[in-house]
Parts: sequence; structure tokens; C-alpha cells
Amino acid sequence: MGKMANGTASEAAQSGMAVEVFDLTVAYRDKPVLWDIDLAVPQGLLMAIVGPNGAGKTTLMKAILGLVKSAAGEVRIFGKPYSMVRSRVGYVPQRGSVDWDFPTTVIDVVMMGAYARLGWLKRPGRNEHAEALSALDRVGMAEYADRQISQLSGGQQQRVFLARALMQDAMLYLMDEPFQGVDATTERAIVDLLRDMRKAGKTVIVVHHDLQTVGEYFDWVTLLNVRRIASGQVSEVFTSENLRLAYGGKIGFLGEEELAQARNTSLNGERLRDEVGL
Amino acid sequence: MSGEFLRLLVTDYTLRTVTLGAALLGLTSGTLGAFAVLRRQALLGDAVAHATLPGIALAFLLTLSKAPLILLLGAAVSGWLGTLLVLAVVRNTRIREDAALGLILSVFFGLGLVLLTRIQKMPLASQAGLDSFLFGQAATLMVGDVQAMALLAAPVLLLLVLLWKEWKLISFDPEYGATLGYRVRLLDTVMTSMIVVAIVIGLQTVGVVLMSAMIVAPAAAARQWTDRLSVMVGLSAFFGALAGVCGAILSSSTSQLPTGPSIVVIISLIVAFSLAFAPNRGLVWDWVRQARNRSRLRLDTVLGNMMLLARQHEEADYGHKAAAIGALSGGRIGIEARLRELRREGFVEMDRQGDWHLTAKGVARCEMIVKKWEP
Amino acid sequence: MSTAQIEVQLIAMVVAAAAALPGVFLVLRRMAMMSDAISHSILIGIVLAFFVVHNLSHPLLVFGAAATGVLTVVLVELLNRTKRVHADSAIGLVFPLLFSIGVILISRYASHVHLDLDAVLMGELAFAPFDRLTLMGLDFGPRALWLMGGILLLNLLFIILFFKELKLATFDPGLAAALGFSPVLLHYGLMTVVSVTAVGAFEAVGSLLVVALMIAPPATAWLLTDRLSRMLTLSVLFGVLSALSGYWLAHLLDVSIAGMMATMTGFFFLAVFLYAPRRGILAIARRRAYQRISFAGAALAVHLLNHENLPEAMEECRVDHLGEHLRWEEPFAKKVIRHLVRADAIRYDKEYLQLTPKGRLLAQTVMER
Repeated sequence: MGKMANGTASEAAQSGMAVEVFDLTVAYRDKPVLWDIDLAVPQGLLMAIVGPNGAGKTTLMKAILGLVKSAAGEVRIFGKPYSMVRSRVGYVPQRGSVDWDFPTTVIDVVMMGAYARLGWLKRPGRNEHAEALSALDRVGMAEYADRQISQLSGGQQQRVFLARALMQDAMLYLMDEPFQGVDATTERAIVDLLRDMRKAGKTVIVVHHDLQTVGEYFDWVTLLNVRRIASGQVSEVFTSENLRLAYGGKIGFLGEEELAQARNTSLNGERLRDEVGL
Repeated sequence: MSGEFLRLLVTDYTLRTVTLGAALLGLTSGTLGAFAVLRRQALLGDAVAHATLPGIALAFLLTLSKAPLILLLGAAVSGWLGTLLVLAVVRNTRIREDAALGLILSVFFGLGLVLLTRIQKMPLASQAGLDSFLFGQAATLMVGDVQAMALLAAPVLLLLVLLWKEWKLISFDPEYGATLGYRVRLLDTVMTSMIVVAIVIGLQTVGVVLMSAMIVAPAAAARQWTDRLSVMVGLSAFFGALAGVCGAILSSSTSQLPTGPSIVVIISLIVAFSLAFAPNRGLVWDWVRQARNRSRLRLDTVLGNMMLLARQHEEADYGHKAAAIGALSGGRIGIEARLRELRREGFVEMDRQGDWHLTAKGVARCEMIVKKWEP
Repeated sequence: MSTAQIEVQLIAMVVAAAAALPGVFLVLRRMAMMSDAISHSILIGIVLAFFVVHNLSHPLLVFGAAATGVLTVVLVELLNRTKRVHADSAIGLVFPLLFSIGVILISRYASHVHLDLDAVLMGELAFAPFDRLTLMGLDFGPRALWLMGGILLLNLLFIILFFKELKLATFDPGLAAALGFSPVLLHYGLMTVVSVTAVGAFEAVGSLLVVALMIAPPATAWLLTDRLSRMLTLSVLFGVLSALSGYWLAHLLDVSIAGMMATMTGFFFLAVFLYAPRRGILAIARRRAYQRISFAGAALAVHLLNHENLPEAMEECRVDHLGEHLRWEEPFAKKVIRHLVRADAIRYDKEYLQLTPKGRLLAQTVMER
């Protein structure tokens, strides 16, 4: 913990990759949840992690964050172990991981993102309050600041978690199923936010459940099913062959055409950004 | 009355001691109970409380001293051991938390009773003091006891205030806290220890058997009145202290009335009152709101039916007999009363022939209702 | 051994057996704390009935108190439904109140030989032989034995009659409901059985220790078997053993019988917790240690397979770099390698590790799982 200077885009750029995973193996009792995962995620992009239920997607995210013990392997973030760069990593957990009946307001939750900065004894003050308000504003929740969290809808809860992560002003964000069960407005708001973050040179890794939107929202995708099936640019890696390997033939709803379209969308998006110089 | 009480409080040694002790009990069990409840550790409090009994007995057996600090320390160690065992059972076997709690609770308590009955047989006639730990006996509180309680309570309350935001964080979202760099396991352990200390502090006043209620009830009552954690914890402390002091004084001044049950009855009344009458969450208000909604719905239905009837005659204010309106609105019983209510609100009028018709205001309301029901 | 002593032991055994039976279902259905709640709340029912009939032996006591037990369940359920308190808080709010009222009533109005606070907590098993059931001038033995015997029979009947339903409702409530068994009815039936048992046992062992008899023996049995019928039998066995050993130790040390019985249930649980063949702590620790090595071995084999014939193979398969890449401490890494070498899955090739055909097969089967 303690006060670490947040990495600027240029500082992080020197380290090369945002996230590197080497030979990561995670087991529960003696069942493998992740086997020998190798990953190298460059900076400044949006990556989706997809795979069937039980594929280990959340576990991978938690292992990167050190929330879960690994049986073997290593994770490096911006070239260093996670514990040294904590302040540059923001986590947005699944909505269902907390009890929303807890007596606290929206802005209180958002200010939690500043706790690490404050150290042990200091309370969040006016500065943090203002920062939290602006973070809420970015996710379109500023008017809900003093609302009790139990009164929020699913999408609103998700945005509160996002605002909390924004408080950390990190360079790498890990989000666990942020699009799960949210309304269309929230989904659009989140996508816009992600694109803003990419523009600012940040890296966002998202555990994603909806294959239909992979091409539209993300630049990179990692297909996971206990082992790494494939990882790379959507335009190259999002093929029916890889999907079949990952899902075992259970993805009848995504045909060849749709996949090609998804790859194209992603490729076009990339080309457009290259042209414009983003 | 309270003036008299305050005067006595200053002059009467026993009253002062009892009040202080009960207030300390309420303060600590209320504040830490709030966190215990929010962290779903309410029943753990019950198990810990019962698990302290053998510790108290052993502390006495080993030191032959009834010094309050020694007994309370014995209680704390024993209670702590109980939590460790519960965790060990839950983590390593398929036995779930409820069974682990019930097991530790009853077995430790049984062991405690065995030790107590053993002490009873000892020639020192020493059990009398230890008995008061079962159901609590505020009247037996001495300055030494209160000092021991204060000694334990002070660091706990201080720690609670100093690390407030950390307790809030790990009670709400421990995983996120871990990513921020907090050592959540350590904080968790500290918090559980604080809860054990809070329980131990209350043992002499409320007793082993009923202490868990003082962890759960003040917090449950406080939650009804507020949505803010700081207010909830403060209110919980207040309720705990209030029930503690009232129960303790009542029990000390009445013969054959153990303190623990007295305090529990009072705090239960506070809980019941809070559940029923707290603003926003109060069940009574809920019931009133529902009744009002139902009544409103019935009135609106009558208006709507009158509109339907009137439309058949091309004049919005064509009058009809109450019976006719009643027939449409689900029965003639009560229709008169409803029409009168609607007249009081200015939506309908009765003409000289005894027919009811809509007023202009009534027509406007009808249109508003229809708009409300259509998307 | 005198007749009285024999009778006390008999009563203790019957109480333990009667309590263990419904306890099995409480533990399996995660409702163990309900036994705690019920055994506390019935006090008020017992006290009120006692005030009416002035006789602890009256059948009204059993009915009245059992009704209070069911009332507790209903109250907790209602409280839960208001959604104003957490689920476990509801239990912790209801039974202390009822119990407190009972205690206050006893302290104030019934400081009696048979109904005082000590009896409430510990029961009066030692006095049970003095209360005899006499009909038409014939002495049938201690009344408590008949009462508890009857309850034991009732519990047995309940379980035998509804064995299939109980089993289904416990392990698959959704299916049970779909098949038409009312899980709610079964639930209340079970709670009634628990209440009646708690009332009957109250006289023998008091309010708290019946909880030990209802929970500890089934928990102990659960660590030894997967089968419901065997679990029921083992629970009764452990209960009876605790009762007998508890009695004799209490006799020897001159302490509370009920307290000792409860302690013995804990003792047997501890023994099984530590030494049970598959689920005991020691067995688990041994298994986990082995699993760690064997799993790491599989991970190593997979790692070698994945990096075989790749340009990085040289780096990835060097013995001394293994520690770095897989983040294993040296002594552990050595243990893993030794394990694989012994299994003939890898072999040393100077500084590099190579998969044998057996090792390759192992890695491949592991990956296909």
C-alpha cells in the first residue's frame, strides 16, 4: 500500500506489455481450473476474455490480482509483480459479490477507491468527495451521489463500481462481467467509457459473456477453457475454429458469417483509429 | 423522576457502578454488534458467548482468584478458541456453519457446566460469584469489574474509530479491499477478536446464555432507523446502553429478577417498536401505505365506472343512482361511503333527485387516471 | 449398580437416541441452529403450562411446549418475510425474548424444587428415578423413561414412514416439490418432532444440552458415511455412547451428568474429526500433501509438453530455470521432479528435463480432462 505515483502513459509504455502471464496454473482441491496459461497483453487496448461457464475466466482475473493462489506460474504487470504496481491497477468485481443492502451511500462506495491513497488513519475529505463526484459524473450517476445503494438498479450498481475504480486513476483496469444484466443505456455508457479509457492509453481487460458484441466492443480477445485456446486481435483470432475449441461445438448461434462480420468490424475500427491517429 | 435518578447516580455507589457497567456493555455490544450483524456473524456471537463459560471456570480453577480481569481473560481465550474451532470445522469438513456453531456452542457450554459443578463441590464455597455469569447479575458488579470492562473496552472502541473506513471496506467488499493492498485476513481476524472482547465485556451483566441477543438486537433495531453506517452504529450503541441501564437498574432493585433476561426483554421491545414504527421502513407505515393505496384504487375505480356510465349518455355529468354505480364497482356495500368520500374530495356531486354525477374536477381526474394507466 | 443408576442410564440413552434421529435431518438441511432456538423457546411454553397444571408430568406440558416450538418457527419465518432483518438475525431475535420471559417467570413465581434455573440449564437426570409412573397400584418405572421412550418411538415412526420423502426433500427439494410432496408440510412436521423431543428431553438434560445431543452425534456420523440410513444408525450409536460414558464420568468426577454427556458428544466428534479415515483432518492433510506434489507433477509434465519442440524449449526445460518460470521454491521443485522421475515420466538430459513416452501420455491425458 502506501503512496505510489500513478504511472503515466509514457512511463508504462517503457515496460512494453500491460499484462504478462507465464505458465499460470490454478487448482481447486485437485481439479485444475487453469492449466499452464501464457498471456501477453499489450497496452492501450480493450481485451475480452471469453469462454464457457467454468472455463476459469474469473479465476484468471483473480489470479492476476493475487486474490487466488496459483499452483504454478507468474504474473507481471507493466513488467513488475502485482504487489509493486497495485496503485496502477483498478478492479471492477462482479455485481453479485457484495450485499447491496449494506447501509451506505453511492458516493461513500465510490470514495473507497481512494482509501489506499489515504493510508491508515486519514478519512476521505473534501478533495476525495469532489473527485468521487466527478467520477460519478463520468458514468452518469452524479445525481445519485447521496442515494442509498439498496435503491439502485443493476445497471446503476455496475456504474457505481466503475466510478469507484475510476477513482484510482489506474493504467490497467480489470472488469468482471460488467455488461451482465445491465440495461441498454448502461451498456452504451460503459462502452463509451471504455473507449475514452483506450484513448487515454489505458488498458482494459474484461471478462465478457456476450459473444455477439465481442467484435464491436473489443480489439483483442482471449479464448479460454481451462487452457488458453487463443489470444490476439479479434480480427485474427475470433474464428469459428477457435470458438469450437473453446466451447466444444456449443455455439450454434454464431455462424461463420457473423464471425467474419465481427472480425471485420474490429478490423475496421482499428484501421479507423490508426487513420485518425488514436 | 430523572432528577432523582441523577442525584442518586452521583451519591449511590451501587447505582453508579451498575449504570456504568451496563452502559459499557451496551456501548461495546451495540457498536461491534452492528458490524457482526452486517458481516453475517450474528450466530457466531451466540456460539462465542456460550464458549466462554469453560474459560471462566478454568481461569478460576487455575488461579483460585475471582479477579474480574482474570476471569474475563479466561473467557476471551475460551471464546476465541471456539471461533477457531468453528472455522476449522467449516474449512476442513463438509459440516456447514450452522452445525459447527451449534456443536461448539453446546459442547463448550456443557464443559463449562461440568467445571462449574466441580467448583461447586470445592470446599471454598466459591461458586456463588461464577453463577452470576450464567444469566447476569448487575447487582453484583463492583468497581473492579467495571474497571476491567473499561480496560478492555477502551482499546477496542479506539481501534474501531481509528480504522473506521477500513472496517467499513472489509465489511462491504473485502475482495476489492484486498486489491487495494489491505491485508484482509488480518483485519478480519482483528475484527472478530474485537467482537469476542465485546461479548466478554457483557458477560457479567447479561450472562453467557443471553449475551448473543445484545449483539444482534441493538443493531437490528438501529438498522430500521437509518441507512448510514455511522448513524446505525451510534444508534445501536445508544439502544444497547439504554436497554442495559434500564434492565440493570430494574433487576438490581427487584428481588429475584436476573439481569440478563430483563435487559433482553427491554431491547426486544425496542426492536419491536423500531420494526413497527421507524420512518420509511416501519411495518406499520407499510401497512398504512398499502391500505391507503387500496382505498385510493377503489375510489378511482368508482370514478372510472361513473365515467363509463356517463359516456353512455353523452353528458359527462349525467347522474346515476348509487346502486347502479355500485353494481359496476363490485358490490353495493360501501358504495355510499365511497361516493361521500369522493364528494368530500370534490370529484362528484349529488343532485336533488339523489343521483350522483361527476364534477368537472372529477372528469379531469378520470382523464389523468387513464393517462397514468396507459404507457 | 443400583436400580436407580440403571434407570438413569436407560433414560439417558433413550434421550440421546431420540434426539439424534431428528438431529440428522437438521444437520443435513442446515437448520442446526433451529434446535438451539426451539430448545430455548419451549421454556416459556413449559412454564405457562406448569402454572396451569402445577405438575411437570402432565401431558399438557408436552403439547403446550411443543406448540411453542412450532410457534417459534412460525415467528422466525414471519420475521424473515418482512425482509427487514438478516436471516440469521431473525433467529437470534426471537428465541432470546421467549427464553427470557420464561426465565423471569421462573425466577419470580416458581422458584421451586423442580423448576429452577439450574434445572433449566442442566436438567435433573439424577432425580428422574424418583418420579415413577404408577397405574392401578403397579409401579411401571420412571415416568421420564416412558415419556422419552414414547417420543423415541414417535421419532422412529416418523422417520420410517417418511423416509423417502425426507430423503428427497433434504437432498433435492425442487424435485420433491415437483413430485407433489409438500416440503413445507414436511418441514413443519420435522420441527414438531424436534419440539416434542426437546420438551421431553428438557426434564432430563435441560434446555441447552439437548442441542448437543441433536447436533454433535449426527455431525460425527456425517464424517464417516454418505448413506442416510447409516448416518442415522451411527448418530444413535454415538449419542448412546456419549450418554453412557457421560454418565459414568459424571459419576466418577461428581459433576453434572447432562454437562458431561454434552462434553462426551464433543469428545467423540473431536476423535472422528481428527482420525476419520477419509474425512478426518489427518487423512486430509496427508492427501493434500500428496495431491500438491502429484498435481504439480502433472503441471510440470503439461508445461514440458507445451514447450517441447518449440524454440523456447531450451529455456523452458532447464532444470534450474524451472523454479523461475513456474515460481516454485527450490526444495519443492526438487520434490516434484523426483516424483516424476520415480514415476518414469521424465528423465534428465544433462541440465534439461525430458518427457518420457509415459510422461507424454500422462500430460496428454491430463489436458484432455
